[in-house]
Amino acid sequence: MRLRDNHLFRLIIFVILPLIGLIVTSMNSGSYYSGLVHLFGINIILVASLNLVNGYSGMFSMGHAAFMAIGAYASAMLTLTADQKVFLMPALPDWLMHLTLPFPVTLLVAGVLASVTALLIGFPVLRFKGHYLSVATIGLIVIVRAVLDNEDQITNGARGVTGLPDYASTGIIFSVAILCLFVLYRLIHSSYGRGLIAMRDDWTAAQTLGVNLTTKKLSAFLISAFMAGMAGGLWGHMQSVISGKFFYIDTSFKIVETSIIGGMFSLSGAIVGSALMTFIPELLAPLETGITLFGVQLPELYGASNMILAAALILIIIFRRQGIMGYSEIITDSLFSRETYLSLFRPDQYSSLAKAIVTLPVRSWQSLKARWVGQKHKSL
Amino acid sequence: MDTLYVLSQLVNGLKLGSVYAMVAIGYSIVYGILRLINFAHGDIMTVAVYTILSLVTIFGLPLWMSIGASVVMAVVVGLIAERTAYRPLRAAGEETTLVSSLAVSIFLQNLMMMIFSPQRKAFHLPENLTFLHNFNGIRLSTMNIITFIAVIVILVILTFVIKRTRVGMAMRACSDNMDASRLMGININHVVVIAFIIGSSLAALSGLMLAGEYKTIDPMMGFVPGLKAFCAAVLGGIGSLGGAVLGGFVLGVAEMLFAGLMPTEITPYRDAFVFVVLILVLMVRPNGILGSREGGRS
Amino acid sequence: MLEVTDLRVKYDTIRVIHGVSLNVREGELVALIGANGAGKSTILKTLSGLLKPESGEILFNGQPIGGLACHKIVQQGIVQVPEGRQIFSKMTIKENLRLGAFLEVSRKRWEQNLERVFTLFPILKERYHQVAGTMSGGEQQMLAIGRALLSNPRLLLLDEPSMGLSPLMTEQVFDVLRTLKQEGITMLLVEQNAYDALEISDRTYILETGTITLEGDSRRLINDPGVKQAYLGGV
Repeated sequence: MRLRDNHLFRLIIFVILPLIGLIVTSMNSGSYYSGLVHLFGINIILVASLNLVNGYSGMFSMGHAAFMAIGAYASAMLTLTADQKVFLMPALPDWLMHLTLPFPVTLLVAGVLASVTALLIGFPVLRFKGHYLSVATIGLIVIVRAVLDNEDQITNGARGVTGLPDYASTGIIFSVAILCLFVLYRLIHSSYGRGLIAMRDDWTAAQTLGVNLTTKKLSAFLISAFMAGMAGGLWGHMQSVISGKFFYIDTSFKIVETSIIGGMFSLSGAIVGSALMTFIPELLAPLETGITLFGVQLPELYGASNMILAAALILIIIFRRQGIMGYSEIITDSLFSRETYLSLFRPDQYSSLAKAIVTLPVRSWQSLKARWVGQKHKSL
Repeated sequence: MDTLYVLSQLVNGLKLGSVYAMVAIGYSIVYGILRLINFAHGDIMTVAVYTILSLVTIFGLPLWMSIGASVVMAVVVGLIAERTAYRPLRAAGEETTLVSSLAVSIFLQNLMMMIFSPQRKAFHLPENLTFLHNFNGIRLSTMNIITFIAVIVILVILTFVIKRTRVGMAMRACSDNMDASRLMGININHVVVIAFIIGSSLAALSGLMLAGEYKTIDPMMGFVPGLKAFCAAVLGGIGSLGGAVLGGFVLGVAEMLFAGLMPTEITPYRDAFVFVVLILVLMVRPNGILGSREGGRS
Repeated sequence: MLEVTDLRVKYDTIRVIHGVSLNVREGELVALIGANGAGKSTILKTLSGLLKPESGEILFNGQPIGGLACHKIVQQGIVQVPEGRQIFSKMTIKENLRLGAFLEVSRKRWEQNLERVFTLFPILKERYHQVAGTMSGGEQQMLAIGRALLSNPRLLLLDEPSMGLSPLMTEQVFDVLRTLKQEGITMLLVEQNAYDALEISDRTYILETGTITLEGDSRRLINDPGVKQAYLGGV
């Protein structure tokens, strides 16, 4: 039996260890590393929701940053105090000026507003074929940015809005992330999701099967934007500063990049991709300030990490187009299956886990040998 | 509003439009054959401009020589991008190559930052090029006039090449049906390489024109104009050279009229305006002003 | 002339041709028949260089050509009339024919080959300056064959020339093939239309899911009870 087929093993790797990690993070909130973990959580929401559109429904949107921006600004408007708003957003109507809502509610409003934006842009744009849709969604980012930078009576212009309260705790970020993943997981495994996938794989066939393509496309786009809006709200409260330049084409591209690297046909891919793309840039960051490598003092290589990631992306799309996780859903399958949690109470799971661990060295040796022999055979 | 002001905005639009047109031709040539939106096109302009600046300021080369070198540099970069990031993906979907070209774009932007620092640098053309001629109150620099003429000349030459020569026929064939072209004995790699050589050379020239107009350069300078030129190409009917030029002029004039004639509160929405126009055009005429319907005339 | 030994071809990761061997001799018309998805087109595409073989040998006049780029193979005189015509629909008939004579070798004989194509297909002369996409399916097939003839073929590969055509048109296409055969052009014909293919060809290979199950003289196969049962409607 393979280790990864053991439910108890899955429970430990995908539930218990991450949970411990999150608890440790929440106890050290405010530290540099907890900030990274929070970013990881927000990236999961962004990428998983983008996968619903780009991976499962066969459209290719690059507009996620626009929805993040809407969410972030909406949530700022609803959480700042009247004193702050008078100063930053003087043109707000009176009722909004004095309105402050609890954070979870503002997140929902942020999502709704992002969805409304998606609806407005989606109606004209979702009919576009292939990459025209991508370019139009880039256009959406440019349009939203122009509004944010120029309506300075409401958005404080390019200076941005500062002083967002620090509401984005480990608990709320990951609750939202898990909730989004769960909703997406159930959606994808429902008849709705099968319709989406049918539409992605064969446009005409799906139509003849009675899939209503316009509603399907639009609804997937709206759900995705809703989640991106919430993620934007969380991001704003994590950074406490927001402005148009944080939600521009490069931000969107990072999300698309993460989605492709992890695997856009898989929600687990969103998790793996987000993990890599959150933590690897931190490892590369020293390059930008100049490091000593093997005794050689490297100069400051400004832009090096983005360059390396761009090159990595090209390599991934050439050599493994389906991304790291491909179509595998092992992480979400484990997270959302009853079996995983029940395995705690099943003695046979303990014994088979023990057996799998004991026999692991032998099995990996065998599989290595098989692969090596296989290779040799092939080359003959 | 007085006519002279409107007229000078119109001329400014043509000025801007001729740069867009030049970039759009390059976009269109590559797009026509590979169905690839080459986002890196704008960044190849940046590479060319930095090449000129370095050669002139550091090595003291004369401008014309540096321009020649910048064209060579642009072609080399364009061909490397084609070989490494686009050719392996030729069988993949158009969204895949789009992402790949964005990655190349980001790679180049960051490479420029690494080499030349993210700071803006001044870029001055010699005075005989920036000299302003006054035509009854409408001012045009020598460079503007050269740009305008260059666009028309390039359009005429390329149209001739594509309609009348063997290479041009091969290019049209590839654009029409890639697999059938291969079966005719056309080496499509050659055709693609030629398209990239033309596209990148034009990018280099348009970079020079853009920098001459802005008078400053930075590593990100090419991206947004590149994107707008793509809009121009779509507007005119992408894949058609005349369409690219027409789209470039229409977009340039529309943008300048918007900037010059609209109330000042909305003029900062220039960039947004371009994309609104793009979305409207794609809704109403998905094939652009001069674009052909599938199976229609060329 | 053409010698294929133990050819294997993969589409992505799935192997569709499992060790096919066949040969075509100078002046022969050889048919390759089989059901939909048997791999007939895959074999032709591999011969013309559109697909790369996984393993096996393809010899043309004794020279290995397996895995060469398409344009190199065309240069040697292997010319394919592709499935579904694949004409240049936005270009004129004239330009389509010109593209057939794209290579140096065939450009030299343009005049003479064009004359021959016009005699075979007078319709192409009539519509010389018309855009190809406006023609009917049958006319497009004529254009595709005419275009291939302008490439100066030493071996003509025909991929389902009767596909999607009316019975009348199909008959016309086969008439043309008969004429070409009389002129001594070597051909490899892929068809689903088994009866016509067997009737016109000298020898036939029968392909089933990527392997050749039967081969032999067409006249003998057409009377073979098994073949009748499986491919000719069991008369």
